[in-house]
Amino acid sequence: MIGQFIQTFFIYNYNFTEQTAGNPTVAVMIFIAMLLTGFGVYDRLAQFAGAGSAVPVTGFGNAIISAAIEHRSEGFILGVGGNMFKLAGSVIMSGVFAAFIVGLIKTLLIQWGAL
Amino acid sequence: MRTWEFEQQPVIVSTGTVGGPFEANGRLADDFDTLHGDLWLNEDTYEKAHKVLFEEASLRATEKAGLTKEQVDFFIGGDLINQITPTSFTAKTIGAGYFGLFGACSTSMEGLALSAFIINNGGAKCIVTGSASHNAAVEKQFRYPTEYGAQNPPTSQWTVTGAGASVVMAQGEGPVVTSATIGKVVDMGLTDPMNMGGAMAPAAVDTIETHFRDRNIDASHYDLIATGDLGHIGREVAFDLMKKHGTDIPEEKFQDCGLMIYREDQPVLAGASGAGCSAVVTYGHLLNRMKKGELRRILVVATGALLSPLTFQQGETIPCIAHAVSIEYGGGSL
Repeated sequence: MIGQFIQTFFIYNYNFTEQTAGNPTVAVMIFIAMLLTGFGVYDRLAQFAGAGSAVPVTGFGNAIISAAIEHRSEGFILGVGGNMFKLAGSVIMSGVFAAFIVGLIKTLLIQWGAL
Repeated sequence: MRTWEFEQQPVIVSTGTVGGPFEANGRLADDFDTLHGDLWLNEDTYEKAHKVLFEEASLRATEKAGLTKEQVDFFIGGDLINQITPTSFTAKTIGAGYFGLFGACSTSMEGLALSAFIINNGGAKCIVTGSASHNAAVEKQFRYPTEYGAQNPPTSQWTVTGAGASVVMAQGEGPVVTSATIGKVVDMGLTDPMNMGGAMAPAAVDTIETHFRDRNIDASHYDLIATGDLGHIGREVAFDLMKKHGTDIPEEKFQDCGLMIYREDQPVLAGASGAGCSAVVTYGHLLNRMKKGELRRILVVATGALLSPLTFQQGETIPCIAHAVSIEYGGGSL
């Protein structure tokens, strides 16, 4: 609902169409999630919201930024750099792998003339 | 025989307890010596804050006993962080002989039992023992980053930010340690690290029943039997198990430190846990109640889940342990 509000805001004020407004909307949502994480609010929100805050792209932002904050004390290179993707890494891996499988199935179906 | 009887009756001459902001809002806030309004304790990392917690509790205990650091023979303690570094740094500050323990959340009573044993057998005059945990430092190691929005199940528990230490001596004024039962590792094959209370309950039951059998007593001997950090679920499991075994303990006598420390409305799910939990409740709240005369004989059964983040990811079960120490105060025939 908040996302829809922001999207409508972009469409009406900044000459975005319904198709192109998605990108800035997602960027703003991630930014909000990062701010909430930094202020220590997002984890409390998540205890209530569950999958509602973990599955969307905001949960992904939260996974990265929380790990980055956590390991700040171990230095920028090995601490932040090395641990930033410790939660998000598995999400990226799963996403890429799932896309690969789906792509493979689609290619095979086209080859066999089913599509 | 896993029970020691201490004929020389080592005395807990003083205690020191330190808590964090969440504990300051809890039910036992009045029983702490020092409470901090901020998780950082003016340090730049949570691990350093963890060390400061333990240092403050230990130094506070020695100070209250009217002792200097030089008069302490041994320091016996532990915590939950890798290689128990907060404890080792505290030991450096105290400068006494040092035994580092790892018994997870059972460390508090493991340390007290060992201290009492050493004192009872003339191995030392004065020992400082205790344990500590820091919510953010421990969560970081065992679970997700502190600010990560993971939804915890209702069986999960809240790690206490706190440290409790006591000074045990051969002579002095205060509650005496009369016996201790050392636990054995009990593993019922549970693998869910978000339900440690349930996993630890059989270990607590084993230690309590062994204690009764070895000393040839029953629950009527004690005014209170307090388990370390079983939480709502673990306490119920333990209670049911003992009923099944025919060990009779009245429900109001069987309390859990993890359920005493916070208020009902604090969002701790199944209760509190952590190495500091049983330490601050025993050395703060319970001993204060004994000094007020509300309790005469208590049995503290600190429970620990001896898992690591690595073992549960590799699919291993959770080995658990419980150590029991009986404390008495208020004269009469002991």
